[in-house]
Amino acid sequence: MRYIAVAIAIVAGLIVLIGYFVPALAGVQDVLLNWAIILAGVAALVGVFNLISVHGDKVRRREKGSIYSAILLISLFASFIFGLALGPDNPNMRLLVSAVIVPVEATLMALLSVTLLYASIRLLRRRTDLMSIVFLLTVVLMLIASATLPFSSPLNDLIRPWIQQVLALGGARGILIGVALGTLTTGLRVLFGADRPYGGN
Amino acid sequence: MNLIGLGIVGFAAVLLLALSLIKRKSPPIWRVIPALTRLARIVDLSVEDGTRLFVALGRASLLTPRGGAPLAGLALLRHIAERTSLSDRPPVAVAGESSLALLAQDTLQAGYRAMGAGDLYQPSSGRLSGMTPFSAAAGAMPIIRDENVSASMLVGDFGVEAALLADVAERENTFLLGASSDISSQAALFASAQEPLLGEELFATAAYLDSNSSHAASLTVQDVLRWLIILALLAGAALKLIGLI
Repeated sequence: MRYIAVAIAIVAGLIVLIGYFVPALAGVQDVLLNWAIILAGVAALVGVFNLISVHGDKVRRREKGSIYSAILLISLFASFIFGLALGPDNPNMRLLVSAVIVPVEATLMALLSVTLLYASIRLLRRRTDLMSIVFLLTVVLMLIASATLPFSSPLNDLIRPWIQQVLALGGARGILIGVALGTLTTGLRVLFGADRPYGGN
Repeated sequence: MNLIGLGIVGFAAVLLLALSLIKRKSPPIWRVIPALTRLARIVDLSVEDGTRLFVALGRASLLTPRGGAPLAGLALLRHIAERTSLSDRPPVAVAGESSLALLAQDTLQAGYRAMGAGDLYQPSSGRLSGMTPFSAAAGAMPIIRDENVSASMLVGDFGVEAALLADVAERENTFLLGASSDISSQAALFASAQEPLLGEELFATAAYLDSNSSHAASLTVQDVLRWLIILALLAGAALKLIGLI
């Protein structure tokens, strides 16, 4: 059974990969990708059950922070019931998203800006090396250069575009090429069955 | 037909297969990445002192082009599951995407089975922490704080919200390795993580901890392709300079 699963995974992966380069296989590729999208939808449902199971266990065992797990479960069931009863397009359901989820995530984003500022201050205490100094100097320089100044300055007119379009863009492209090569070889390892994230031994 | 793309993928595949099959007489020699050296030591220490390891795989779906980074995280998770399968406290893996959370469960179970400890596997050790980037980060933060975690590994595709996890790890005085395929997240982790990995170092984590032939071969293939790209860039610049393109 295990070998059949591996064989199916490898053949499906190869067809989808070659489908990007050979137009004749595009039809089969579309079918396989649509199946994958349906499976991902089912996985979302299983993921919600996993969330309920983990937080339900926390509440049952009265673990530390179980009150938050209880709030999560109550909110989840309330959203589910109201969503079923009213439908996702109902103004009240939309209000749930715009009045709760969006503000909470915006709050976390605001918290993040303070966290990052604090982390940057701690950086030199944690790692006093050339890269840390370059990193912090660049951040300060970019912050100054991003400010809207009432007068023209070489920092704004020459240095900022040069840093952004030559140094930063070149570095970002280099990192992205490295990530792309890593993705390619990792994908090929999965395709050849050397790595089996789908549970094979 | 896109022959150039097919040629690059085909060349990489043939090279990877050939290098994986060639038996190496001596172990491969790689440059030292201090973060990974420290990680290997901490994984062993966690078994001895009975603490938990925490692995976050990010929020990328495997159906998107960002799916490569979580696959690297799963390879690391498999290694950790095997090394710590007999520990008092099993490792916890979280994901911000449902199918990735299922794969994390599967990978953990496979790691336990491979070590003959399948009955010690707990399904709750692979979790979905949230359905959006920030909710996933918020769901993972209490695990680092409350579940006796000695080391956290963020290996996958994260956004800047990874800095929130790094902050919790810092407050709890635990080790944190941060590796993401997203550039903004790499910048955030460089400032906030104890041990950040940049760029393709993310894909070397499993190879440095578990140097089997396919992992070693994949690093060599990356190096060969990188040199080919460097040569192509230099050739392009030279041709542009002399006016041929």
